[in-house]
Parts: sequence; C-alpha cells; structure tokens
Amino acid sequence: MRITLTVNGEDHTVDVRGAESLLHMLREDLALPGSKNACEHGECGSCSVVLDGELVCACLVMAADAAGSTVRTVEGYADGDTLHPVQQALLDAGGVQCGFCTPGFVVAAAELFDENPAPTADELREALAGNVCRCTGYGAILRGLESLAAGTAGSVS
Amino acid sequence: MDCEHPHDLDTALAALADDPEATVLAGGTDVMVDLSFGHPHPSHVIALRRVAELTEWERGRIGAGVTYRRLERGPAGALAQASRTVGSPQIRNAGTIGGNVATASPAGDTLPVIAACDAAIEVASRDGGVRLVPWSEFFVGVKRTSLRPGELVTAVVFPEEMPARHEFGKIGMRNAMVISMVSACVTRAADGATAVALGSVAPTPLRATMAEAMISARPDPDEAALAEFARLVSDEVRPITDHRGTEAYRRHASGVLARRLLERCLDGGGR
Amino acid sequence: MTVEAPTRTGITGGVGTSATRPDGIPKLTGNYAFGSDISAQGMLWGATLRSPHPHARIIRLDTAPALAMPGVAAVLTIDDVPGRKHYGLEHADQPVLSDGIVRYWGEPVAVVAADDLEDATRAVAAIVVEYEPLEPLVDSEVAVERGEVFRTINVRRGDRDATGPVVVEGFWETGMQDQAPLGPESGLAIPDGQGGIDLYVATQWTHTDLGQIVASLGVTEGQVRVHHAGIGGAFGAREDVSIQIHSCLLALATGRPVKMVYDRKESFVGHVHRHPSRLWYRHEATEDGDLVKVTVRMVLDGGAYASSSPAVIANASYFAVGPYRCDNVFVEAHITRTNNPPCGAMRGFGAVQACFGYESQMDLLAGRLGMDPLELRLRNALAPGDVMSTTGQVIQGSLPTARVIEELRAMPLPDAVPATHPLHLPGGTGLTTDPRHVRRGVGYAVSMKNLAFSEGFDDYAEVRVTITPAGVEVHTAAAEVGQGLVTVCQQIARSVLGIQQVAVVLDDTSMIGSAGSTSASRQTQMTGGGVEAVATELRRMILDEHDGDDLDDTGVWRGGELIVPLERLAAVGPATHHLRFRHPPTDIPDENGQGDLHVDFAVAAHRAVVEVDPELGLLRVVAVDTVQDVGTVLNPAALLGQVEGGIMQGVGLAVMEEIVLDDGVIKNASFTDYLLPTFADAPSVTARFVEEPSHFGPFGAKGAGEPPTISSTAAIAAAIRDATGLPITRVPVRPDDIALAAASRSG
Repeated sequence: MRITLTVNGEDHTVDVRGAESLLHMLREDLALPGSKNACEHGECGSCSVVLDGELVCACLVMAADAAGSTVRTVEGYADGDTLHPVQQALLDAGGVQCGFCTPGFVVAAAELFDENPAPTADELREALAGNVCRCTGYGAILRGLESLAAGTAGSVS
Repeated sequence: MDCEHPHDLDTALAALADDPEATVLAGGTDVMVDLSFGHPHPSHVIALRRVAELTEWERGRIGAGVTYRRLERGPAGALAQASRTVGSPQIRNAGTIGGNVATASPAGDTLPVIAACDAAIEVASRDGGVRLVPWSEFFVGVKRTSLRPGELVTAVVFPEEMPARHEFGKIGMRNAMVISMVSACVTRAADGATAVALGSVAPTPLRATMAEAMISARPDPDEAALAEFARLVSDEVRPITDHRGTEAYRRHASGVLARRLLERCLDGGGR
Repeated sequence: MTVEAPTRTGITGGVGTSATRPDGIPKLTGNYAFGSDISAQGMLWGATLRSPHPHARIIRLDTAPALAMPGVAAVLTIDDVPGRKHYGLEHADQPVLSDGIVRYWGEPVAVVAADDLEDATRAVAAIVVEYEPLEPLVDSEVAVERGEVFRTINVRRGDRDATGPVVVEGFWETGMQDQAPLGPESGLAIPDGQGGIDLYVATQWTHTDLGQIVASLGVTEGQVRVHHAGIGGAFGAREDVSIQIHSCLLALATGRPVKMVYDRKESFVGHVHRHPSRLWYRHEATEDGDLVKVTVRMVLDGGAYASSSPAVIANASYFAVGPYRCDNVFVEAHITRTNNPPCGAMRGFGAVQACFGYESQMDLLAGRLGMDPLELRLRNALAPGDVMSTTGQVIQGSLPTARVIEELRAMPLPDAVPATHPLHLPGGTGLTTDPRHVRRGVGYAVSMKNLAFSEGFDDYAEVRVTITPAGVEVHTAAAEVGQGLVTVCQQIARSVLGIQQVAVVLDDTSMIGSAGSTSASRQTQMTGGGVEAVATELRRMILDEHDGDDLDDTGVWRGGELIVPLERLAAVGPATHHLRFRHPPTDIPDENGQGDLHVDFAVAAHRAVVEVDPELGLLRVVAVDTVQDVGTVLNPAALLGQVEGGIMQGVGLAVMEEIVLDDGVIKNASFTDYLLPTFADAPSVTARFVEEPSHFGPFGAKGAGEPPTISSTAAIAAAIRDATGLPITRVPVRPDDIALAAASRSG
C-alpha cells in the first residue's frame, strides 16, 4: 500500500512492503540509513526516532502505521555544518567510538534535553537506559551530556 | 497488505467485525517483535493509534490506548511504578496498557497490579456491545485471553476506591530493560484487607489467596507473621525453570518480594 | 604591493592531547557508512540456511524449490565452492557450507541470493533439508577423554616435587560470553566483470579475509580486493570469516553485487564466542606468602571448529599464574572440540578466564595465610628482570605490577551515599530493595596480558606516509573498529612531521600490505609504531634532501625561511615512504611451554565496589576503579574510553552476560535475553595511568584495549564475596547463586 509521511521536514510517498518496519523503510526506501539495525527488537535503541513528537524505536513501528505521520531521524538534527548541541557535546567529550549506537543516543538525548534542559546524572541514566552502547561504557557519553546540562559543554580538558 | 487507520472506535470495531482475523496494532511493541520472529505477515492490519477514545482516562477507567509513559507520570502508586519498569522510554512512549492486557504474557508488568486491585477488562465489539470482564476470567493461559472474535480491549477499569496502599516490585537480572523473573503487587486497605498478586510465576497473574487470608486477619503483623506470609506466598506460586530463571529462585524470590512490598504498605511512608 | 612572508604553523592535536576523532561528525550525523549501510546498483540480497541441529547428518538437500521462487538468482551449496572447501583462522577446518555433517547449531548449509531480503529469506525457507540428528558432544570433559581437542598445552617449569606448607585448591568456572558488537555482520561483494571481486566488509583483518576468500573462490590474489566498510565494534567477533566467502561466491555466481547483513539472532551464530572455562588450581606457598608452586588444569571448550582456539589456550596457559613470581609452575590445558557453538577471539583472549582462576586463588590464599590480599600480591609481584613464572621469559621493558597495585590501593574508596533514586539500589526501578537490605563489598584483582602476537608469529604492520599538497596521508590496511586508531595515527604523524593536516586512508588489500589484525591490543604499537617509524624516516629524508631544518604545513624551512612550499615538496619529493613495521621476534615454545614467547606485556589492577541484596541476589556495581600500565598516554580521552568500555564488558561477564546452551542449542540469541549492561548498570570509573614507556611502540605507548576487560571481572567477583561471604566460584554470578546460598545459610 502507498503512504505519505513527513521525514525531517520533507514529504515522502512510499509503497510500503507488507508489514515492514519504519526502520526498514527509512533505511531501504528513503535512503536514510542513519537509524541503525543493531537488534530490530526494541532492545538497544539504535533505531531511535521521533514519531509524531514521541521518542520511539523505529523497528517497532509498522511503516504502514506511519501514514500521515511526522518523523525525525538522526539526519534531521544537524543544521548544515552546525552540529546540534547534543552532537557537539558527545563529540567533544569523546563519546563516539564505533558510532553504531550514536544516532540513537543523539535522538534520545536531544529529545530529553528538549523536555528537560538540565537533567541530573540519574535522570540521564534512566532516560537513556534504552540506548545500549558496547564500546564506551557510557562514561564519556555521560560526561558530555552532563556538561551540556551544566551549560559547560565544550572541549575536553 | 492493507492497513486501516480508524479515527474512532466505531470504525475500528466495524473493521474488526468484518475481519476478526485482522491483526490489531496499537504501540507495536509486541506485534512487531512477534512478526520479526517469523510469524506470517498479516494481510490486514487495524491500527488503533489514532482512535482518540481509546486514550481517555477518567478516574479508574484507563483507556486501552493509554501509554506506559502516561501511566508512569500518572497518580503515584503501583500502576505508575509498574509502568516505569517497562522496557525503555522508547518502549513506554509506544506501548499501551491495552496491549499489555491483550498480549497477556505471564510477565506483563501491569498484570499483577490489575489482579491485585481486582480490575476488570472492558471489551467491546460492534455486534456484542460492551462487556466488563473480571481479570480472572479474562486471562486464561499463557498469552491467551477470553477475547471473542471481533472484540477489542477498550479499557482497564480499576475500582473507584483503591486500597490505601499499593506497592509494586519487579525482579530482573539487570537494572533496566528486563523481562521480569518475578513481579508482584501488594495492596493493603485501611481495614487490613490485603491482596497479593504475582507475575511470571504462573501462566496468568496469580493471587496468593492463602497468604492474603492469613495476613488480612493480622492488623499489626509481627516478624513471625511476616515470615509466615512470605512462606505462604512461596508455597502458592507455580513458577517454572526457563532460560531466565530457575523455579527454586522464583519461588524463593516471590516470598521475599511480597513480604517487602507488604512491609512498605504497612510502613505508611514512601520509599 | 607587499607580499606577506609565509609564517610558521604549529600543530594542535598531537601526541598527548585528547584530539577529536576525525570520523566523529559523520557518525554523529548518521552519515558514516557501516557495512550494513552500503549498497550498489542492481544489488541482490544474500541469506543463509542454517542448521537447526547441533549435530546431524544431512540426508537430503534439495535447492530446486528455492531456485524456482520469484526473485531468486542463485542457491549455492558446498558443491558450488570452486576452490578450497574449508576455511579457518589457524586451521582450515570449517566447511564454507556444510560438507554433509553439521557440527553446531546454526552452521551454514546453503546460501541464497535474491532481489530483496524477503525473497531471499523465503527462498531459504523453501530449501528442502532432511537431517538425521546425531548425538551432540557437549561436555568438554567427555571431549578430553575422547581426545577431541584442538590443542593441549603443557607448561612445565621448575621442580614437580616442590611443595609449600600452605595449600589452597579451588575449582573455578567462567561462562560463554558474546562480544555483541552492535553492528551486525555485513558486507557487499561487487563482481568486476572479469572474474574478480571487490568486497566491502566489516572485519578486523582484511588480508586474512583475502587469503581465505581467494582460496575458496579458486582465484588469484590479484583478482580480489577487500575494502574496509565502517565497523560497528568488534571485540573479536570479526576475526573469523562470516559473510565474506558466501557473498563473494554469490556475487560471482550471479554476476551482480550481493549484500549480506545478519540480524541479531543470526549474529549470535554468525560469529565465535568467548570460550567457557573450567579451571582447577592448586597454589602452594610458604607461611610468609611466597608462592612456591602453582598447579593448574584448564579445560576450555572451543566448540565445533578451531577458529583461534589454539592461540587462546596458549594465552590462557601462559597467563595461568598471573603477574606473580613462582619458580614451579605446571599447567595442563586442553581446548576441546565439541558440538557447542564455536568459540574464538574475544577481548582478553584466554587471559580473562585464567585471571578469574588465579585471582580467586590469591584471595583464598591470602585468607588462609591471614594476610592482606594486596600485600600477598605485592610480595609476589612480577617486575622487570624477573622470570615469567610460566614460560621462563625474562621480563624486559616495563612492568609496573607493584606500582599499579599500590596506586590503586591509595585511591580513596567512593563514599556510600544515601539512596535518593531507584538507580542507587540493586534492582533499580524494579523497586525490589530498600537500603537496609544492602551489603557493600570491595574486591581487588590484578592481571597481566601480552601485547601483539606471540609464539614466533611473524607480526607486522605495513604503513605508507605520503606528502600531498594538502598535507599528509597515512595509508594503512588496519581496521578502525571504534577504538580510535585513526585518531592516534593522525596524532603521531602530526607530532613527528610537524604537519597539522593529516588524513588517514584505510586502503584496500590491493593498495597496501597487511597491517595485521586489530586485536591483541596491538594496533597502536604496530600500525602506530609504523607511522612513527615511517614518518620519522620521511622527515629525515625530506630535511636531508633539501638541507632544511624544519617542516610544517607550509613546507620545508631553513633558518627561518620557507625553502620548499609543501605543494612543491609533494611534486618533487621525497614525498613518500613506507615500511613493514615488525616487533622484536618471539620464540616458538618448546614442549614445556618455555621460551621468550611474548614481545611486550601490560598489567592492570582493578578495584570493584558492589552493593548486594543477598536475600534476592540482586546487586549493583557501584564503582570499578583502576590503575593501568599504558607506557605513554597518547590520547587521554580515547584511552579512558577504552578503559571504561573494557571495564563494562568485564561487568557483563561478572554479573549478567552468558550464552545459555541446552545440548548445544543457544536459548537466548537476542538482546532480550542476552543482557548487556545498560546506562543504569554502569559503575562509576576512576582511572589512573602509569607511564613507564614500552620498549617498542610509538612514543613508548603500550596497547590498552584488553587489560580493562581482564581483571575487572575478577575484582567484581571478589567484591561480591566480600559482601556476601559466599565462595562465588563461577561467573557470571546469577541471583540464584547468591540468594539461594544465602537462604540455606540462614536456615
């Protein structure tokens, strides 16, 4: 069936393949491979997107159910060459290693900061417990986001 | 594949009445996982996300489409506590109480709260009208409910008067994003009437009725009574051994968890 | 008109700074092309039929129904492999596709290429296979009895009859861990129309893939080029071939590009795992705590095929005693062949399992002696000039064992803070535990690891450095798996050449020789060492040739004057140099495991603080602090990232990660039930680094990737013992292990 939806501000009309997930559609039909496929079961957060204003796992959204919806993916956060503050904070803190979890963290953290500009460390941990990282041990990610919360995000000393 | 997006309940029910085999989709957190396990792809999906009536929440009547996120931020108590433990924020934004109920997994996190509070499941169909099904008649087995063809879960209805205290706990192997090994809800009314419901220890949510009877008769239970209470709970649960946990651990942990939740109810204070 | 005189430029982001990684921005904006993100025009999707039995004979295999399906372009079995039918890292013992017997659950039987993934998956399901299940061998002790071993190692040093008055014996076990890199197995094979292939793949060693692909395809090395695709973590999961040969076979058979990506469930059988281990130890010591003799029997289960098991058991054996002096050491170690899933490389590579054994023993011994556990370790600590207790190698270079222990001991313990949030208590938001249910425990562990390859392996890394009009290019075939190799290569080139603009180019196998594996904590010392050596020589060549005294982004300078602009230098040269960087040679062990088998070592000490709820067996790892021997800190932030990440994998092995097997079948092949530590499970980490330079490696740096993973697990186990008084003889520790033992104690 054919659906229309808006992704990162652009309208798209897509022929949905059966019960495929929104993640699959973003990656394969819309040339937006930024959202990742680490588990496709909602257990890792690497496919985090914002659907109609809510942070969700795109692997758990049936693409057909996104008809008429608005989606924001990781590709929709930087403004040209200017990184989103969450992206800049993670970069500066050394919070990127292999990068596979990174898009999910960008989206989840950006949404958190939108709602709560000064989260505590515990609030960060709980809000991001659905984003698994295997490389960093979360330390640099936490430090980067804590600096952002404190308004002190900048280069690592 | 055909996917319908009804915007009101009557349209949704009509679609389901015309094709009772259709896949009903709310948050997708169970349905999409099932599909990825190789279950045959549906030919007809009825997506409920846009049915505003299902998101209504009026006092004890919680629309099936209310998400864990809203429940988590709702009135403090066992239901909010249980909802906070579901998955991750991503899951909680999408998953719904109606989905938890309709999926009827033995590990469903809201189920012990529903059982302990003797909530009812409101179901509706185009041709059969609205029914209020007691929880104990709704959950009939592992992932099996008494939903009739053409019926949708439309709400979970908690009693107008909730017990004075209600506490929830969930045991898993890490501190977030777990399917429970054991979960429990304990409620205690002002007159001492106590309800104890557990999840993941039987095919459906289990009320430990003997433990309840024993402790309800004790307005001010001492250490011996609390120990006896825990022992009765351990005796009454019917856990299995699977890759998540052993029968012996679940039996032991049931008693410990139920006792702690009861102690919180008795404390009168917050945690 | 005045012409401005050119000014000298300096560098930022050289060695010693936390230089920002060059690939960070694309990773943050979703533009970094991982193996699963790339595609090509006219591309087909590959899918794999896998065995549902851990051991079976294939009686009938009929691919015709699959070939008849819409969109299917090829279905291949072992008969379609034109060259060598087997592959493998150390021994080519694994069939490219089943040879008629399947030997582990999930073993590949056939592969399909079709228009899209759905078509390919449906075609796989349509292949008719009849199996005759055979009894799987799943018990490693039975395997030893039957002689089903990939390798047996005997380490014998000293006097067999030596004894010590104080004896502790213990039996220790570690479970099967998965590397679980988030990036799935993935790649794209593109035929060149002339019988050759370009393969883009996420892998730890392109040249070893190349050799195996060429052999099985029956083509010449010049016909295949293996390119790096973006890698989503590795930790040992990408050393063995996964999609490489299959995708190339399908691409050649169809004449079209073929992409293969495993989903998470398939990934669990698509790569090897950390060997589960059973360890019997006897430590004998004097009353004063000097180790007299250590006797060990180890059985590690290698599963169905060899992979790197022969090297893993070697590592486990040589590090069986740890960083301690002992004159009499006897190790008998077997690595078995069974019908369990194949095991191989995972960060730590045998040293992890051994460390759980010897550190648990050291604590037991300290207890028996009535000695402080750290004092016991300090008393026996290995130092440069000492003889390695297992192999007899005299330790050269730096080995600050005592120092890492002492500095860790001096670090203040984290304060116990009142729990103000559910995440401060075991059970987290599950609200299982109140503060009064909690017992705190502290435990220490120390470990030793070899760096780079050993046992006489010809270990080298090729590097080429080129001056371009824009700056410098560093060429390497090394795999950047996330660890930040590309960053340190930039930093080293900057600091040596004085040129800021450095691009690190990850060349395919046809453009440059092997950099060796990204494993064994070796790339910084090997490829980084190569960059240092090549850049140093290139700079010398440039300054010599042009009689200059300095070099920077503007060009060659003499006496404060620019004599050769960079663009001209790039044109006239010397503009390039390359070499094959080798480390000092190592010995092949003799029949007693003796020799100078290793080129370098690193030690690390870890201290864990845990809070345990003994009644429920739930726990929280509050802190894992560490002091690590790193030679030189090249990039503080990146180094800390490796340490924190490695510690988290140690946390996983300690308390939650295990592949659950039932007669060879994996029961938890998903992230739902194979639990990785989340943000809510992460301990705080305070890390200090000891800088006593290595005898080889850029600016004296040592590899740092594995040590964090080795003694962190043992430290956490020790802390749980401290909190509960329980023996904790197995990791990962399950709630049952604590709660039921504690319950039976209290009666």
